[in-house]
Amino acid sequence: MNAILDAKGVTVSFDGFKVLDNLDFAIGYEEMRFLIGPNGAGKSTLLDIITGKTRPDAGKITFDGHINVARVSEHQLVRCGIGRKFQTPSVFSSLTVFENLEAAIGFKSSVLRLTQGMSPAGIERVEETLEIINLKDQRNVQAGILSHGQKQWLEIGMLLVQDPKLLLLDEPVAGMTRRERDHTGELLHRIARGRSILVVEHDMVFVRQFASTVTVLHMGQLLCEGPVEAVQSDAQVVEVYLGRTQKAA
Amino acid sequence: MNPLRPYRSSWLLDWLPFLVCGLILLVLLPQSLSMFQLNLLGRFLTYAIVALGLDLIWGYTGMLSLGQGLFFGLGAYCFGMYLNLEAAGKNLPEFMGLYGVTELPWLWQPFHSPVLAILLAVGFPMLVAALVGYMVFRSRVQGVYFSIITQALTAIVALLLIGQQQLINGTNGITEMRTIFGYKLSDPATKMGLYVTTALVLGAVFLLCRYLIRSRFGRLLVAVRDDENRVRFVGYNPVVIKVCVFALSAGIAGLAGALFVPQVGIIAPKQIDIVASIEIVIWVAVGGRGTLVGAVLGALLVNTGKSVISSARPDIWQFIMGGLFVGVVVLFPKGIVGAILDLFQRIRLSWPNTRPAESAPLEVETTSLAGGKPR
Amino acid sequence: MEVVLSQIFNGLSLGSILLLAALGLAFSFGLMKVINMAHGEFIMVGAYVTYFFQMFLAPAVLGENGAKEGWFFILSIPAAFLITGALGYVLEMTLIRRLYGLPLDTLLATWGIGLMLQQIARSYDSRNVPVTSPDWLSGGLWVSETLSLPYKRLFIIGLVILCIIGIYFYLYRSSQGRRTRAVMQNREIASALGVATRRVDVLTFALGAGLAGIAGSALTLLGQIGPQLGTGYIVDAFMVVVLGGVGSLPGTVIAAFTIGLFNTFLEMSTTATLGKVLVFVLIIAFLQWRPNGLMALRSRT
Repeated sequence: MNAILDAKGVTVSFDGFKVLDNLDFAIGYEEMRFLIGPNGAGKSTLLDIITGKTRPDAGKITFDGHINVARVSEHQLVRCGIGRKFQTPSVFSSLTVFENLEAAIGFKSSVLRLTQGMSPAGIERVEETLEIINLKDQRNVQAGILSHGQKQWLEIGMLLVQDPKLLLLDEPVAGMTRRERDHTGELLHRIARGRSILVVEHDMVFVRQFASTVTVLHMGQLLCEGPVEAVQSDAQVVEVYLGRTQKAA
Repeated sequence: MNPLRPYRSSWLLDWLPFLVCGLILLVLLPQSLSMFQLNLLGRFLTYAIVALGLDLIWGYTGMLSLGQGLFFGLGAYCFGMYLNLEAAGKNLPEFMGLYGVTELPWLWQPFHSPVLAILLAVGFPMLVAALVGYMVFRSRVQGVYFSIITQALTAIVALLLIGQQQLINGTNGITEMRTIFGYKLSDPATKMGLYVTTALVLGAVFLLCRYLIRSRFGRLLVAVRDDENRVRFVGYNPVVIKVCVFALSAGIAGLAGALFVPQVGIIAPKQIDIVASIEIVIWVAVGGRGTLVGAVLGALLVNTGKSVISSARPDIWQFIMGGLFVGVVVLFPKGIVGAILDLFQRIRLSWPNTRPAESAPLEVETTSLAGGKPR
Repeated sequence: MEVVLSQIFNGLSLGSILLLAALGLAFSFGLMKVINMAHGEFIMVGAYVTYFFQMFLAPAVLGENGAKEGWFFILSIPAAFLITGALGYVLEMTLIRRLYGLPLDTLLATWGIGLMLQQIARSYDSRNVPVTSPDWLSGGLWVSETLSLPYKRLFIIGLVILCIIGIYFYLYRSSQGRRTRAVMQNREIASALGVATRRVDVLTFALGAGLAGIAGSALTLLGQIGPQLGTGYIVDAFMVVVLGGVGSLPGTVIAAFTIGLFNTFLEMSTTATLGKVLVFVLIIAFLQWRPNGLMALRSRT
């Protein structure tokens, strides 16, 4: 398979505890993949590895066919085309909505270039994005006083203007109202075009609604992978994951 | 309001206060103050320049540098060495004779040239800041650690200077200064010239800082203050941004030092120690961190207060200074300018037709707290 | 050989002094993330407590030679601990508690407190004053014909060992210490489990201040004391804590002795100032390799 992201034998341990254990994992070009698994399965750590936040103890991750992720610094990975949305909304709270997008769009500029204004194309792109994320009226509002959902959208917008090849979304609908969730779902589909997306999500309703292929992680290892229906009926998965959540619910 | 340039207010509002201040500094005060007072004010203006540099790195970027006094001192030493050589003429600087030095050390050679001396006064502190900054930021040392390390750096260099008696006269510092570019330093016209130059440089540095913080780069500085990690994951290298702003603030401090030394006639290690560096912080804090006007105002006010009070009752001044540190932090964390802006904000918000959204950009320039985290 | 031995001793002695000055910081900075810039002035206050004991109390009670013959010096150490501890208690209750979560603001405010304490000492007497040490601490232990280890320095090493044992028992063997560690690791959960976190904060800070007092008492053995006594130690003490790794007692101990030994040897092979510069460079270089200091936990989050 021609994969945009190809992880082979990835192992990460903290003080001897293996969070990821010899994991093989791949995502294809323009694929939208959902990643699920119980708490502590290693989902967030996997994202940390892909974005360079944590370095693997063993194994190799290749991005876009030729980039060895472990050798590239975090901000360089972003410039290579890996964008990440964090679990908690992280926008620059003292900057306005407009300035947040403006900061995101200049991510490949030199310091000297940054002391000058944006290009007309850049301005147009920010305007477009404001429209898409539905924050046109809030453009001059400080991001810190936006609602939780609006912050999430702004963060997605910041990723959008950067046009990443691979987008990593860590629980994009957590803590959202139903309406916000639906809007986020639409947003996701809209930005999915032409890029690969990896979504970590706990919300099974959301997963069923939008997912095609699902990967299940358990104890740092790949438990099963396939279409959402197949995964849901998999006996092992039901035992370690769905069974438990259903009981809890 | 033009949405694409959220900071740009009207031309009048932008430039009028600046021009008025310029007129006061360049026309009104030189006519009404005595030469002694004007010389003192000129010194305070150099302090205001340092304060601008510190505000860039602390007020906007959220990194409390306790090394600005060091950079100021390095700039002062660089230019002081030039003045010292000019006073010595063809001979060696006087103090070297005391230690039996017979040949001018290589370190002094560049300072025959006034141009090189000025370049070094700005460039050398920048280089030191860039080097130390790169090492420190690269290892992701943040927050108070940065403060502690810059403070240690200051203490160490002061110690180093004291130890170099033959080279730069140790504790006594460099004192023999008579002329600058051939003009006598004691001449009132020269003093006036130095004062005017300082005022003009202050204006230029102020405009440079204002341009920078209104640019995208300036917004990025605030972003680093808000959430450095996030800046990294937006695709910027915070190390580069921080090294740039640290070096810039050091260069500004060095320039101020170079302007300081001909007006005072002495530079010694005592003026570089950790106390001097932390005093710069209180100027900015009193005036209002995160506002350029506040930095300038704070430097002028605190130093005026210091010279008035400490000449009358030197013992009281240190209590007041201590009280300022505590009081500003606890009662007025935004300083004088911040408090005034807050007041305006409240009036504007209570105005029935004003939408809060429109006043948001005002908030951006003022809500700077030292730790970068909202209270 | 003897030179090396005496240098090692000097290094250990310097390390023990640094450690004594840094222990209190390791408490307030390491455990509570509170930067106490007045720490140096707490040391100074401790030194003045011993000064009063030795120069006024002892002569008044025991007669003219009381300071030399009596045990008031020993008495002054717990007194210094209690007095500076009380000072720390008051400071925490009135100022520090308003500034939690704002480390840079705390740094500035405590610097202001330090200035005021300095000025109070200066308005008593701005000059440096000598403190008479007890006679039984003069002289030294002759380990060979030419090498003698001064009792005063041995006493300081002993004192620091005592302090560390005390801290260890407090943190790891007492219920209050257990609560302290709980709060430092996870404030919310400790609070939810019924630990009075406010009480822990104020006690921890007061203890750190008290340790500064002990350091001050010990410093009277080494030379004159004055209002500026603390300023000379504060930078070095912070370097010890940074190098050791914040929140790690063993790290602080190792860092203090490492800096002490390095400093002594570098000063011997170069000059006094150059030695200090080199130590600073080495610390910065070390932080490149291990940014969190000697002893730091690698955590998953």
